[in-house]
Amino acid sequence: MSNYQLDYLEQLEAESIHIFREVAGQFEKPALLFSGGKDSITLVHLAMKAFAPAQFPFPLVHIDTGHNFPEALNFRDALARKIKATLIVREVEDTIQQRNLTEPKGKFPSRNWLQTYTLLDTIEEFQFDCCIGGARRDEEKARAKERIFSVRDEFGQWDPKLQRPELWNCFNGKIHKGENVRVFPISNWTELDIWNYIRKEKIELPSIYFAHDRDVIANDGQLVAVSHFIKPSASDTVVTKKVRYRTVGDMTCTAAVESNASTLDEVINEIIATRISERGETRIDDRVTEAAMEDRKKNGYF
Amino acid sequence: MDLLRFITAGSVDDGKSTLIGRLLYDSKNILVDQLEALERSTKNKDNGEVDLALLTDGLRAEREQGITIDVAYRYFSTLKRKFIIADAPGHVQYTRNMITGASHAGLIIILIDARQGVVEQTRRHSIIASLLKIPHVVVAVNKMDLVDYCKDVYHKIVEEYKLVAAQLNLDNVAYIPISALKGDNIVEKSAHITWYEGVSLLNYLEEVKIENDINLKDARFQVQMVIRPQTNALHDYRGYAGTVLSGIYRVGDKVTVLPSGAQSTISKIETGGQEAVKVFAPQPAVIHLADNIDISRGDTIALSSSLPAIATEANVLLCWMDEKPLQQGNKYLLQHQSKRVRAVIKQVHFKIDVNTLAQQQVDEAIKLNEVAAASIKTAVPLVYDAYEKLKQNGNAILIDETSNSTVAAVLFR
Repeated sequence: MSNYQLDYLEQLEAESIHIFREVAGQFEKPALLFSGGKDSITLVHLAMKAFAPAQFPFPLVHIDTGHNFPEALNFRDALARKIKATLIVREVEDTIQQRNLTEPKGKFPSRNWLQTYTLLDTIEEFQFDCCIGGARRDEEKARAKERIFSVRDEFGQWDPKLQRPELWNCFNGKIHKGENVRVFPISNWTELDIWNYIRKEKIELPSIYFAHDRDVIANDGQLVAVSHFIKPSASDTVVTKKVRYRTVGDMTCTAAVESNASTLDEVINEIIATRISERGETRIDDRVTEAAMEDRKKNGYF
Repeated sequence: MDLLRFITAGSVDDGKSTLIGRLLYDSKNILVDQLEALERSTKNKDNGEVDLALLTDGLRAEREQGITIDVAYRYFSTLKRKFIIADAPGHVQYTRNMITGASHAGLIIILIDARQGVVEQTRRHSIIASLLKIPHVVVAVNKMDLVDYCKDVYHKIVEEYKLVAAQLNLDNVAYIPISALKGDNIVEKSAHITWYEGVSLLNYLEEVKIENDINLKDARFQVQMVIRPQTNALHDYRGYAGTVLSGIYRVGDKVTVLPSGAQSTISKIETGGQEAVKVFAPQPAVIHLADNIDISRGDTIALSSSLPAIATEANVLLCWMDEKPLQQGNKYLLQHQSKRVRAVIKQVHFKIDVNTLAQQQVDEAIKLNEVAAASIKTAVPLVYDAYEKLKQNGNAILIDETSNSTVAAVLFR
């Protein structure tokens, strides 16, 4: 490579930083949706680079399902303190009470769907006109068609047929009052790009991404942690296994991967070698129907 | 490892989705559970073969109708390169999607059905490649299996396309005979096409030289935001944050701030929070100037040695992308990178037939998927280059102020 060429991670980083600065330039009240997972941690890192040496310019917003891993919550709080960002946490539990919503039933009750209500209420409460999210187009087929600037109507809904064309690196974030834009700065990154970038930039992650001992039950080939939220039934066998998490979602709908990988290098090697996708391996709630993600997005999910 | 973005274009049944599916599948970028989902979907159909096209048809509406209705982005990598594919549909009515995908592309694969040869859509896709100045073109003559891998059929199509390429001034055109369905010349060289001496498609994508595709001569930098922390420690800090669109900036360079025309010298450069002696396209940067000049979002900092055009009137090509037609005399917002200005379409000069490049008289409004040459006037001066010369600073979009939709792609002439 010549002296004037960027490698692929530098090019992806350049694009993401450009997007972050467009958000700062175009919106009045943006927020960064923070989950405590590796993608939103990478977003925070990119934003720090985009606005250095100024303060982190957006609040971090966490829509807490109440089913989160304690390690991820502790990490969230520590990170917000470290970068001196405002942290806004809103609980799905409160929305369920206030709005008298019905909790999903079953052994692995997912509050993913209910998160949408809390998110929309939070957007209204703070009048956010832009929510930055860590979704990637390689995650899932419906996401592959999402724009980087994705306009949502006042019900938070996404219409795949009415998306604005996105040309060159020119982003149109113009909206009417009441609408908002979801912006996805790492749209063009793959899971492996994220991991390689985390290694290159020495970004810290919550401990659950690395191998540790955990009590799990095997459910339909997936390992689910025994926790306050998942109680084993009589027919389950609880075993202690060395596991790590490949994604960090709810304890009720994120499966662990059996692994001995305790360093970034080892984790990356395992991900390169794996023959199963991130969502397929770790998300229990995506298997319901083939169009599950498309339906959730149309209704205002991230 | 570097990054190549490419777009695939073909008519409705040219096998575009199959080609992308095949590239992902044969380069081992499809994972087991995705393949199982594919097999489940395919089982509902009559023929038993796994339908690779299903890998890319993302939305339910598309799966049900069996067509692709929007641009989808796909990712794969080999040991040599990371690739981003913009999968744009081939239907007549979706020219707008192809232009969207093409605006990001460093290379285009134009698929030709070996049984059909060069057809109207081939010309249209080539014209779009030429208008948008995509640096590299690969003509993939597909379905060679259906013409018995016949050398003469292939050569006849190549000769036919060479005329199109010459007419459109397309440089860097490569030709490859393939069968996406059977996997011939996709990843491995085909055993059926022994007379072909070139490389496989993937091999070509991995090896094609792309490092000279960025203009490093004419330096352009548009300010996205002014960084002023205003803290005690950084009391006098004032940096201009943006992305280097083209060229190279070094500490000590003489620059001109436009449209004001103020001159200064670069006193400091930062990228990613670190000081640097130089930055180049497409790096993000924070530039500091030796003099106190009033600079805001949308202003351009250019090296004084090569300046862009500054004008409130410009000739442009408009690719219309909205259901609502263009009306001469209408006002729009023009967004040039980060700069948004009011603009009026003063006059539409002629339409360009995207199938023949012929200039047509304008007797009615410009409609969705049409391309027209027009002159515009803006409320404040624009700082731009001709797209032909420097595309990074020669593009813009039009926004309808009432709907906020992006209604046109703008190419400065």
